[in-house]
Parts: sequence; structure tokens; C-alpha cells
Amino acid sequence: MASAPETLQVPRGRSSLERTRGSGLLDRILKWGLTALSIGVILLIAYFFEVLIADSRPVFAQTGFFSFVFNSEWVPSQALYGALPLLVGTLITSAIALVIGVPIAVATALYITELASPRVRAPLTILVELLAAVPSVVYGLWGFFFLIPKLKPAEQWFSDTFAFLPFVGGTVSGPNYFIAGLILAIMIIPIVSAISREVMTTVPRENKEAALALGATRWEMIRMAVLPYSKGGITGGAMLGLGRAIGETIAVTIVIGNAPEIGKTIFSQGYSLAAVIANEFGEAASDKVHRAALIAAGLVLFLLTLAINALARYFVNRASRGQRAASKPAAGMAG
Amino acid sequence: MSSVSLQPVSGRRKRADRGARAIVALFTGIALIPLFFILYYLLKEGLGAWSWDFFTTDPTGSFLGDPGGIKSAILGTIEMVAIATAVAVPIGVGVAIWLVEYGRQSWLATGVRYFIDVMTGVPSIVFGLFVYITLVVTNFGGASFAGYKGAIALALLMLPVVTRSAEVVLLLVPNTLREAAYALGAPRWKVIFKIVLPTALPGMVTGILLAIARAAGETAPLLFTATIVNATTFNLGDRMNSLPALIFQDVGQAQDRLVQIAWGAALTLVAMILILTILARLVQRRSRLS
Repeated sequence: MASAPETLQVPRGRSSLERTRGSGLLDRILKWGLTALSIGVILLIAYFFEVLIADSRPVFAQTGFFSFVFNSEWVPSQALYGALPLLVGTLITSAIALVIGVPIAVATALYITELASPRVRAPLTILVELLAAVPSVVYGLWGFFFLIPKLKPAEQWFSDTFAFLPFVGGTVSGPNYFIAGLILAIMIIPIVSAISREVMTTVPRENKEAALALGATRWEMIRMAVLPYSKGGITGGAMLGLGRAIGETIAVTIVIGNAPEIGKTIFSQGYSLAAVIANEFGEAASDKVHRAALIAAGLVLFLLTLAINALARYFVNRASRGQRAASKPAAGMAG
Repeated sequence: MSSVSLQPVSGRRKRADRGARAIVALFTGIALIPLFFILYYLLKEGLGAWSWDFFTTDPTGSFLGDPGGIKSAILGTIEMVAIATAVAVPIGVGVAIWLVEYGRQSWLATGVRYFIDVMTGVPSIVFGLFVYITLVVTNFGGASFAGYKGAIALALLMLPVVTRSAEVVLLLVPNTLREAAYALGAPRWKVIFKIVLPTALPGMVTGILLAIARAAGETAPLLFTATIVNATTFNLGDRMNSLPALIFQDVGQAQDRLVQIAWGAALTLVAMILILTILARLVQRRSRLS
């Protein structure tokens, strides 16, 4: 006969969540292990920064920081290290990328979120994202063997017809700033589009419906409700794209021409900070100052992207503040 | 006052609407043109290079004779990306767990987040440069260039992507699940390993696969860490070939057959990355969190 207390007894099975004897110790190990790991990441970046600064010192000792950045003679064989042509190349190609890439990316985002029928939304999104799956070197390959020869006649026509514009005119060279900028534009479309899309989906439905109810056409609704609301996010997305474009190496190296001079037009050959590192590191191994110059180019590149990304984060964060949590990952999920 | 009269939309406004919509649609079409052309050329030029020998022989490095295949590049890419993943994923997920479960909004966590963000923005070539300075030039481990040094450069690149995506997914794990486990008397490490991580797993796998896809296509950091060679090697201390580096080298050659190899290798690389991307999307669809 079972007595009452026995029926109340819990069977002595073990729960997988049960607290065992070593648990307290394991808890502490896990906590401090993970904390150490996180601090390690901070130390790693600090070390990274320190190494870049320390190893670029020889070239700054020789030329000084300002003449390194603002001198326009880059002739390693004569130990002349003026990075201005590289900096100009980086900035011109990135500017071209923004001018071409951002309007197209924003248009794709608008089309997908506001105009497209629901059935084509997902496939279109995937197609735009596929652009991000193509590796940089493949863009370079394609640009070199397809874009450069196919676009040259059109570029020459443009150059002749609009020779009165600044930075246009003269003979078009095969690899040039414009081709590099165009490829960068294609490469930044996915990220700018993705962030614009995320911001646009957070536009309150009420705002859009109010505009439509007042008799606005679709476009007027977009202009009055969607664009003003998502302006900050789009700016942030464009800045992230700019950060990408500035650091992009291989595609640019293949199609920019690698001439260390400041091109007179957008159809001239040039060079970029990242490209010079990729091309010259091999010969620089034995020359300490040359190596330092390349590392200094990397440092300038790093500082440039750091500043731009900080600005981008500021815009994206401000745009998503107070909005739904759904837009939070935007800045970080750049991959 | 009889009734509210609805003014018809004027012709000018109608035209502006139609025009603007057409432009937006046109631009969207323009965005897809390069994708179409790239895929078209990859298939047209790349498939011609594909053959059994293409995948099973090493490049010969001979300029005029038989250029060989791309075996060493495929294996090198797989080896280095695998090592990079093995390094970056535990660290990245560990940091993400710390951020979500321990650090939260503390000043240290804010600092870590900031530095991870900084890392996201660092151009890949600068990571390559960093590994080059610290490990290659110093002949660390007795050799200058080595496969594992390339893997480290790739791991640095993957780390911020893995961390941020893992953090986002971990934040999505409902707090009620954690509280339920604590209420049952579970210790913290068991809550993390038995409740939080399994719930977040599919979402984290998506982020990891995307990070792998990104690392697989990187050229710049590999050029001066693992460099470009012909022979297949399974010794991580040796110089190691990779698909992107091989393509980069062959683009510059004025030899049609080498260029053909480059297209074939590019098609292989894009196919590998696409498979990873599609896998990532499939896993994401399975996930209950996102």
C-alpha cells in the first residue's frame, strides 16, 4: 500500500539543466574566458593600429606626414614617396562610384519596397544581392576583358563631344578612372540598396497612407513620405558604400592602369592607395623605406575608411533611432 | 456646402508620376544589367575551360606550353577558408555571447562593439598588410609566406562579420526562454549552451556561411600572405595557391590560354560562393528567429 508522502516524491531522474557540483566553477571559467576573449579583440585592434603606425615611421621620418600625403611624385626607384596621385585616384574613383551607384541603388530599393508587385519582390532582392556574391577579382577580370574594350568607343565619343566640360576631353586610355569607378559603382549597389531598403520598410504606414488619402500620386507619396523619412538612412548607406569603394583593391588594380600620376581627365590612367600596395609589396620587401611607404599608404587608407564609417554609423544610427528594432543590424551586417 | 469635390489629378502630376516611376524601374533594370553580363561571360568563357583535367591537375606555370589546371588553387582556397573559419567562428561567436549574455550595455561591451565595427570597415588589403608586417616579414615560424598566414588574414576579415551577425541573432532569442531555464535552477553555462545557442544556431549558421562566402572571394590579403604557387600542398606552413590569387595572376598575362584558365577559375569560384550563399538563405528560412 502506497502511503501519501510517497506519491508526492519526485522520481530521481536527472534533468539536463540540473545544477551539478562543478557548475559554479564552470560558470566562472566561462564568464572570465569570454571576457578575456573580448578584451583580446580590443587589444588586437590596438596592436594592429600600433603596428601600422610604427612600421610606417621610416617614410614619415624621411618625408614628413604632410609631404607624404601632398607630394605628387611617387617614384620608388628614386625614393620619392608622394602619395597624392594615389589619394586622388582613390577619391576620384570612389566619387564616380557614388555618383553612379547611389541613385541606381536607391531606385532599386524604392522599386522593391514601393512599386514592385509582391510577387517579384523576393526574386528582385535576391538578384540585387547576387551582385555582392561576385568576388572582386571576378569584377576585375570582367572589367578588363569586357568593359574596357566595349566601352572605349563610347567613352571616346563622350570625351570628344563634351570636351568643354572640366576633366573631360583628350584621348581615352583603355584602363582609366571612369572604368574603375563604374566597377566600384556596381560593387557598392548591393550594400547601399540593402540599407536603403531596410530604412524604407520602417517608414510608418500611416505616413504613406495619409499622403495617398490626400490625393497624392504614388511618386508624390514617395517624395513626401518615404524619401524624407529615410534620408538619413540612405546617406548612411551611401557612406558605407563609400567606405567599401575606398578600400576596394583588386578590381581597381586590374582596371585603373596603375600609372602613379594625377590623370588630367576622368578617362586617364591613374593609381589608387590600395592598388599600389597590392602591386609593389613584392619589390618593397628589401627596401625598408619603400615598405614603410606602402604601410603608410595602408595607414592613410585605414584612417580614411575609419572616418567615413564613423560618419556612416552616425547617420544610420540616427535614422534608426526610435524605429523598430528590425533596422538595428543594418550598420553591422555589411557583409 | 453640398459635397466634397474630389479634384481629378492634373495631367502634369500624372505625367510626373508616370515619368518618375518609369525612371525608378529603368534604374532597377540598369542595376541588373552587369549581373546578367557577368554571368553570361562567366558561363561563355568559363565553361570552355572546364574539363576533367582542369580540376585534377596543378598549374604548370609554363607560359607557352600546357598551362595545366587549377587543382592547387581550389584545394588551397578550401584549406585556407576552412582554417580561417575554424579560427574566426569560435572567437566571433564567443565574443558575441559575451556581448549579449555578460557585457550587455557596460562600457567594456560598448568598447568591444565599437572596435568590432572599426574592424568591419578595415579594407581587406590592410589586414593583409598587417599579417605581412607581423608574420611574413619577420619570418614567423621559420618561413616567410605560408598558407596559415593567409588563413589568419582571412580570419581577421571574417571575425567582425561573424560577431555582428551572431550578436544580432542572440539578441533575438526570447528572454522568457532564459528566464524559464534559470527558474528551473539551471546554471548560467547550461542556459547558454543548452538553451540560447541551440535556439540561435540556424541564424548564426547563416551569418557564418555568408562570412565564409565573403572570405573565399578575397584576393588582396592572400597575395602577400600565402602568395601564388603552382603545386598543391597540404602543409599549412608552405606557400599556398588560391583561386582569387590565381585569377589575379592570369588576368595580367598576354596569353589567351592563361586568360581562359582565369575565366574557368572565376566560374569555379563564383559557383562555390553561390552554393554557400544559397545554403545560407536556405538555413535562414528554416530559422524560427528571423
